[in-house]
Amino acid sequence: MIQKKFLIPLVLFLVLVVFLGVGLRRDPKEIPSPLINTAAPDFELPTLKGEGNFSPKAYLGRVWLFNVWATWCVSCREEHPVLVAFAKREGVPIVGLSYKEIQPSDEDKGPMSLESKLSLARARSFEWLKKHGDPYQLSVLDLDGRVGINYGVYGVPETYLIDTKGFIRYKHIGPVTPEVLAQEVMPLVHELQKEASTNSWPNTSRNAELAPSTPQSFAPSYALK
Amino acid sequence: MLVELGHFALILSLLVAITQGVLPLAGVLKSNALWQSTARPLALLQWSLVAFAFAVLEVAFLQSDFSVVYVSEHSNSLLPWPYKMAALWGGHEGSLLLWVFLLGVWSSAVAMFSKTLAQDMVARVLSVMGMISSGFLLFILTTSNPFLRLLPAASEGQDLNPLLQDPGLVIHPPMLYMGYVGMSVAFAFAIAALMAGRLDTVWARWSRPWTLVAWTFLTFGIGLGSWWAYYELGWGGWWFWDPVENASLMPWLVATALIHSLMVTEKRGSFKAWTVLLAIAAFSLSLLGTFLVRSGVLTSVHAFASDPARGIFILVFLALVVGSSLTLFAWRAPTVSLGSPMGLLSRETFLLANSVLLSTATLAVLLGTLYPLIIDALKLGKLSVGPPYFNVVFAPLMVPVIFMMVPGALARWRQAQWSQIKPFLILPFFAATIFSLGLSLWMGHQDAGILLGFWLGAWVAFASFQQIAWRAKQGLRMSGSFLGMQLAHLGLAVVVLGVTGVKNFEIERDVRMGVGDQVTLAQYHFKLIGVKEVRGPNYKALRAQVDVTKGESESVIKTLAPEKRYYLSSTMPMTEASIDSGFMQDLYVSLGDVLNGDTPQWSMRVYYKPFVPWLWAGVLLMVLGGLLASFDKRYRAPILSGDKEEGADQSLGRESSHNGDSLPVASTPLA
Repeated sequence: MIQKKFLIPLVLFLVLVVFLGVGLRRDPKEIPSPLINTAAPDFELPTLKGEGNFSPKAYLGRVWLFNVWATWCVSCREEHPVLVAFAKREGVPIVGLSYKEIQPSDEDKGPMSLESKLSLARARSFEWLKKHGDPYQLSVLDLDGRVGINYGVYGVPETYLIDTKGFIRYKHIGPVTPEVLAQEVMPLVHELQKEASTNSWPNTSRNAELAPSTPQSFAPSYALK
Repeated sequence: MLVELGHFALILSLLVAITQGVLPLAGVLKSNALWQSTARPLALLQWSLVAFAFAVLEVAFLQSDFSVVYVSEHSNSLLPWPYKMAALWGGHEGSLLLWVFLLGVWSSAVAMFSKTLAQDMVARVLSVMGMISSGFLLFILTTSNPFLRLLPAASEGQDLNPLLQDPGLVIHPPMLYMGYVGMSVAFAFAIAALMAGRLDTVWARWSRPWTLVAWTFLTFGIGLGSWWAYYELGWGGWWFWDPVENASLMPWLVATALIHSLMVTEKRGSFKAWTVLLAIAAFSLSLLGTFLVRSGVLTSVHAFASDPARGIFILVFLALVVGSSLTLFAWRAPTVSLGSPMGLLSRETFLLANSVLLSTATLAVLLGTLYPLIIDALKLGKLSVGPPYFNVVFAPLMVPVIFMMVPGALARWRQAQWSQIKPFLILPFFAATIFSLGLSLWMGHQDAGILLGFWLGAWVAFASFQQIAWRAKQGLRMSGSFLGMQLAHLGLAVVVLGVTGVKNFEIERDVRMGVGDQVTLAQYHFKLIGVKEVRGPNYKALRAQVDVTKGESESVIKTLAPEKRYYLSSTMPMTEASIDSGFMQDLYVSLGDVLNGDTPQWSMRVYYKPFVPWLWAGVLLMVLGGLLASFDKRYRAPILSGDKEEGADQSLGRESSHNGDSLPVASTPLA
């Protein structure tokens, strides 16, 4: 007596249940980056302190964290103390990418020149780092956000782990927590460092590269504004 | 001690619910009248036990008993008492308890207001509801027990999520859940009718008022949720096509189709299989909504509580309930007769078309909601589906639905005559054309989409006015059903006008403002007068004063006071927007972060939102219409026992004299 057309709702529903069941085992918040295990995109950007430009090539041979931040970013303020504590405790260099520090709202009163943008970004970032602590070895200014695009920045903050060969090995979206650092980042860092030292890659002596992670004083040559 | 009693009452209620799910149904199968007659007392007993557990948890909240884990996690001694009470449904465990409690309210209502329903049908209906209740009680007791103790007790609670500390939370979830859970009644009636093989007009007649009441609650709940999101989240939007919003919209769309399809089944004995399928779908989508919200399978702004272990339980439960219902449907539906013939131009045609379009819209929303999950499950990547998809797919489906509301309400059953409908279309047609042209000229911007939106809203509104006026002039009695339908249609028309207006004419500006700065939107000037610190019972806040002037005038028409609140128990600052609602528009200001510079500045959102009050007014009209229709006297009249399968023609005969769903033929053209 069963007619096929009356089975359609049941069949559709069963398909749906299968998808729901599979979907349940996946984490919707986990966003894989296609850049994992590929070379970190190269760039050359002015540093915050104005001591010339920085390129990730300079850090070949080190395992380092690349952290995207901005003073306008609310979650960064939440993340910041975690990074400051991490920098004090662990010897992993952190490079900051100051992402689109100058927002369209800054240009309410007319467009700004690149120079004035740079100086405003520097002034604001200095003040912010002075107030909240500075975990960064250095920070670079990505005013137009192009480097951010190359790295597939999804939202600020984001953190990348880059290995001795300049490959992205890990990406975290959103504020890092002490748990993420202890359970995901540090084990990977140790593994990568071990890997590097057995491969006898140059410049792998970890301690030699460590810079003091105390809050840095600001170069006096940059007067605010 | 009291808490343990509450826990115990919940365990007892599970046992009673299982009995309620099994015994009366066994009585039907064995033709045992005594067993069947246990359905009503068991349903009432089960609800009393759940109600006791619910009351115990409320007492624990009011007394700030932080030796209960759930209370300590969702309340705080400083919380004002209405929020302490509402905190019960501020978390996962309590939400489920509320769910089961409301299911008990519906079961008991069915038990009490079904005196004239045959005993075997009462037994079947209440058994089905008992089974649903058992599932949820088992879920609560095994995975989400709100009565767990915390030893040693916490000295202070962690406080309710500040986002939820709002009058909206006090009423939004209970209203929405009343709607969700209310769909279980239509579902239980449909399953009972399928089991009995009696998909007749009596069944449709019984289902109608229950479905209408549930629809009314659902409408109100969705409206409240939208209103809450609009002014509490501080984003200035009223609908985000968020998975959780979609989860409530889908049952609403299907329920809307269902109340219209039930009408055809009652009056004409047609569309029976379709109506049953809609009844099953409406409740299934409510369950699916619960699954989506509670399992965390989709990310959403609403994901307060997500836990995959709980997700598996709900998924299995969903599969059992919906799977067995659809199996029953596949088995029994082919035996259903097709019902009375209908003409191409008839009320049935319009209602069928609307029903199909609403179901299509539901599927489109379902697809958009689950698409990211499906793609992820197939390992094709991660993506999200945003408002552009929904707007593009949803709006074109709604256009014919809204257009047909007018002829659908006018056409007679079986075979309508064009000449009889036409006089009632002319006035709304021209009135809507003039109105929409005038309104868009006045708003100062025109395009085809805006004109169409305004036209459709006005078309339905003018038609409703005209039909009510015509009846009043003829001195005809207006039944609750008739007035309810017209009001609900008018409400939807007002919502359509509101959506068209706000979508096309809103102005949003994110600005940085210092004291004394001014920003102008439309003809309104917003001036920041100052920002000061204030204290609330459990928070500190920064409150800005923004004076609004209009046009050339210097006089302040309104002072807005948006706040940024820092709750003592939370690190997350909360935005309290300040909104001035007028008849035509909202002026909306929210305070953002302080931006340090030489002089302090604040980032502020200043919005001009025309027509937003229309959305809420439209929802209220729909709710009023739903209530009027639900309490039509007709549903309280006894049903003739012979009014079964062959009752289609009988009810047709009754229609013209007994109720006023359709307009009698106009003897003289109006327009």
